Amino acid sequence: MSDIADRVKKIVVEHLGVEEDKVVESASFIDDLGADSLDTVELVMAFEEEFGIEIPDDAAETIQTVGDAVTFIKGAV
Amino acid sequence: MFDLTGKTALVTGASGGIGGAIAQALHAAGATVALSGTREGPLNDLAQALGGRAHVVPANLSDAEAAAGLIKDAAAAMGSVDILVNNAGITRDNLFMRMSDDEWQQVMDVNLTGVFRLSRAALRGMMKARWGRIVNITSVVGATGNPGQGNYAAAKAGLVGMSKSLAYEVASRGITVNCVAPGFIETAMTDKLTDDQKGKILSQIPAGRMGAPDEIAAAVLYLASPEAGYVTGATLHVNGGMAMV
Repeated sequence: MSDIADRVKKIVVEHLGVEEDKVVESASFIDDLGADSLDTVELVMAFEEEFGIEIPDDAAETIQTVGDAVTFIKGAV
Repeated sequence: MFDLTGKTALVTGASGGIGGAIAQALHAAGATVALSGTREGPLNDLAQALGGRAHVVPANLSDAEAAAGLIKDAAAAMGSVDILVNNAGITRDNLFMRMSDDEWQQVMDVNLTGVFRLSRAALRGMMKARWGRIVNITSVVGATGNPGQGNYAAAKAGLVGMSKSLAYEVASRGITVNCVAPGFIETAMTDKLTDDQKGKILSQIPAGRMGAPDEIAAAVLYLASPEAGYVTGATLHVNGGMAMV
């Protein structure tokens, strides 16, 4: 896993309080990791802070899985 | 009781009678306060009277950009905004049939849209801190209506629905959103009333007197305190019994 993926994973584990092995690229924040809609807003905020990027609302809506987040952030940093 | 030591509070409309009293009450309970308003003179005077832990952050809330900027300025001055008191408000009274689009819109912009924008901007920090207090100052007329104040009453009633919706969304994050609805309070706004008008108003108030700004401030202080952590989506009416709703 790349550095970005590791950092994303760490944020997700810390924020949602889920087991590390459940946070795989295909895992959906809401369906697999038990996030509610407000959690996803907070995750996006945490990603913005960690990576020093802006994630616009329309992009944030497309980030449904851990892999989506990693892909978006790789393209943005 | 009601110790706000270490907390930071932004009060809008702090140059007015009620806003000034709210800022004083929060400050006296130990909070660091940021005083906002359009008139810098009275804000500076109040900050000086309070001594330490007081910052002046002027803003004109009818300007869309100003709201996000105000939260940034207040957070820069104080380190955070833990408590947001949306007290700023304007009136543009007119009979409904004579009310212009402009009179309607100005009141909506400041009294309702301004509060939406400020609250949205302040939530980010509160969510991260897992603690926050938003207190919106509404009015008895939002619940009862008032001739000549169709715009004002609509905006104030709108705040109640907005506050309840937001209260749902953020309750699990330790953030409460409540309203304080003053009745007739002795301020510059009510000083303009004639004795005849005052007499008519007083006859409708069971307490037989107008309220004091301090009595609104005390309600805000309670809702801003850690002790009120289980109160959210509520409206606290402070009106001498004028409307028991």
